[in-house]
Amino acid sequence: MPDLTLDELARILRECAGEGENADIEGEFENVLFADLGYDSLAVLEMAARLKQDYGIELTDEEVTEVGTPGRLLELARRQIAATS
Amino acid sequence: MNAAVVTGIGVVAPNGMSTEEYWNAALEARSGIRRITRFPPDRYRATLAGEISGFDPAAHLPSRLVPQTDHSTRLSLVAADEAIRDAGLDPWELPEYGVGVVTANSAGGFEFGHQELDNLWRKGPEYVSAYQSFAWFYAVNTGQISIRHALRGPSGVLVADEAGGLDALAQARRLLRRDLNAVVTGAVDGSLCPWGWIAQTAAGHLSTAEDPALAYRPFDEEAAGFVPGEGGAILVMEDEAAARMRGAPQVHGRLLGYAATFDPKPGTAPGDDASALCTAIELALADADADAGDIDAVFADAAGIPDFDRAEAAALGAVFGAREVPVAIPKTLTGRLCAGAGPLDVATALLALRDGVLPAAAYTRPSPRYGLNVVVDRPLALRMRAVLVVARGLGGFNSAMVVGGAH
Repeated sequence: MPDLTLDELARILRECAGEGENADIEGEFENVLFADLGYDSLAVLEMAARLKQDYGIELTDEEVTEVGTPGRLLELARRQIAATS
Repeated sequence: MNAAVVTGIGVVAPNGMSTEEYWNAALEARSGIRRITRFPPDRYRATLAGEISGFDPAAHLPSRLVPQTDHSTRLSLVAADEAIRDAGLDPWELPEYGVGVVTANSAGGFEFGHQELDNLWRKGPEYVSAYQSFAWFYAVNTGQISIRHALRGPSGVLVADEAGGLDALAQARRLLRRDLNAVVTGAVDGSLCPWGWIAQTAAGHLSTAEDPALAYRPFDEEAAGFVPGEGGAILVMEDEAAARMRGAPQVHGRLLGYAATFDPKPGTAPGDDASALCTAIELALADADADAGDIDAVFADAAGIPDFDRAEAAALGAVFGAREVPVAIPKTLTGRLCAGAGPLDVATALLALRDGVLPAAAYTRPSPRYGLNVVVDRPLALRMRAVLVVARGLGGFNSAMVVGGAH
């Protein structure tokens, strides 16, 4: 399974849900809540579907809805990648 | 009681992507009907449509909205932007629940749904977008307009095929009577995708001509169906006193009367039965406290289906008698825009009232046997105070609306 980087995660998010709303806080992107970035729960669900398709990462609905930030999502995803590689 | 007035107009049409661009095209008889380019139409019986081409959503909308919206929803957002701008309406200055959104729709985001069906079939269920949950939905344009402009008053969607667009404006007027400040209303519709095209061709009413000049000729002896299109109009409608109080930049005109009826059960009346349509027109006139003599022009439904044309001509003949009221059919330049047709005709009527001119119908050579005074060849200069707009939906829907000018 290929590794996942924060840049790659941001790219997938943009493809699934467009640019974030708050460009000024993008610098600390990984620790900003999805909601504060302007991404609603469907946007996060859509991204999770893409992570499954492209990386085989399976997140539960609870994980997806409660994950909060891109950084936390990346952590969960990379943990899975590490466990299966 | 104060009148419901239109203070903002936004148009997206196959022959013009703003109100004035469309109006100029209508007066210059520039048509948007051409061979479909959105998908290869070769394998379908009908190949022509009023297609909006060259629309770049990213130039008009935040990138956030693009992955989650159907083409028709993006168009509807652009029309709503123009209407709200035209009305000089700043929703943030109005009470939080003071502005509603009522649109009409006939198919929802069909093209989006088509793509997701394709994903489901080719790749599997996990490839169906989460946005499918709402992007296909009839109420999606209402919802997206509401979210984009924070319009949180009473809102909804009307579904009655072609007639639904007038029904939406009427529902907006009802809401204004309940002390709402304003309603963003109208319809932008159309599903020019293979999935939508199957639904439209299955009804058997589409013209199969391949020459745009021969395809959509309502009231012509050669009429053999209509050409569908995409687009429509979004209007800002307000209570007249409220509009004046907030200093609205202009009043385009007034919604004076409206009524809707339903056709008899199929098989119980001839296909060209005019009784229900005639009743809708008479009730709309009564609602406007007007009689046929007060109506200076008609914007006809003009289905281009012989039975429908006969019914409409009979209804207009019964209402107007021997008086040959001018009939405008600007939709011969755009195709029939499903629910978008009625609001676009209302917008066109308001512009016609403003400028004292009726656009000419394109292509059609109306037969004398219909007894209609259809405006053809060139626009007709005419001072008008009130016009009648007719819209019929497949399945039995009849709606009629009386629209008055600004003064």
